[in-house]
Amino acid sequence: MSLPSNETIRIVREQDVVLLLSRVREYSAQVSLQPLNQTRLITAASEMARNMLRYANGGRATIEALSKNARTGVKITFLDEGPGIPDIQQAMTSGFSTGNGLGLGLPGARRLVNEFDIQSKPGKGTCVTIIQWQDGR
Amino acid sequence: MERIPILKMGPFLLVTIQVDLYDRLALGLEQDLVNMVSKTGARGVLIEISAVSIVDSFMGRIIGNIASMSRIMGAETVVVGMQPAVAITLVELGITLQGVHTALDVEKGMDLLLNKTGLDQLQKQEEPDEPAE
Repeated sequence: MSLPSNETIRIVREQDVVLLLSRVREYSAQVSLQPLNQTRLITAASEMARNMLRYANGGRATIEALSKNARTGVKITFLDEGPGIPDIQQAMTSGFSTGNGLGLGLPGARRLVNEFDIQSKPGKGTCVTIIQWQDGR
Repeated sequence: MERIPILKMGPFLLVTIQVDLYDRLALGLEQDLVNMVSKTGARGVLIEISAVSIVDSFMGRIIGNIASMSRIMGAETVVVGMQPAVAITLVELGITLQGVHTALDVEKGMDLLLNKTGLDQLQKQEEPDEPAE
C-alpha cells in the first residue's frame, strides 16, 4: 500500500492532532525512518500542532514524502493564520513562553528534527517546516 | 467518555496506559487519580507507560502534575516502562519530569514505592526472616 505523495490535515481540534500523528507515523514508516527518528519526528509534530491550537486557533499541516537525489525523508509544513510571532529569536529560546506552556515546544522540536525552518509575520500567521531524513543522524 | 482504569493494589494505585494519550484523556486521568488517592488513602501511584509511543511537553507536564498533586495528598508517584526512544526524545526535548520517580519496570517500580513510603521496613517487622522460637 502506498500513500499519496502529500496530504493536508486541518488542525482545529485536539482529535485532529491524533489523526495527524498517526499519518506522520505512516509516512515515516513508508520512507523507512529509523524507529527513534520516527519518534523524534512525531513528537516534534505534536509540539507544533499543539502550538497551532494554543496560539493560532488552529491551522493546517501538510505531510510530504520527500525523495531528492536518492535521499528520502518526511517533510511537515505547519501553516496558520494566527497572531504570528513578533520575536522569533526569543520564541526559540528554551524556557520562554507567552502561553502557560513550558517554553520547550519550538526549541525542543528544533533539536529533534534534521531541518527546521520558521517564518512568521505578526498579524498574518506562522509557517514552520520540519524535515526528518532517512539517512539523517 | 473514555477513561483510563485505576486499579487499587494494597496501599498503591496502579495505572496502565495502553493508548497514546490525547489531552482530554490525560486531564481526566489527572483528576481521577487525585480523587482516588483521596478516597483510598493510597501511599503510592504506579504508572506503567510501555505502550505509550510518544510523550510531548504537554504529556510530560501532565505526568509532572500528577506527581505533584499526589505528593501533596501524601502519595509518591513512580513512572515505569518507558520505551528507550521515548526517554531519548524526552531528554532531547528538554523535559525533566521533576518530582517523578522512575523505574525500569513494574517490579522495580513496586520496590521503589515500598522503599519510598517506608512500607518495606514495616513488612520486614511484620514478617521476620526467621520465625521466633
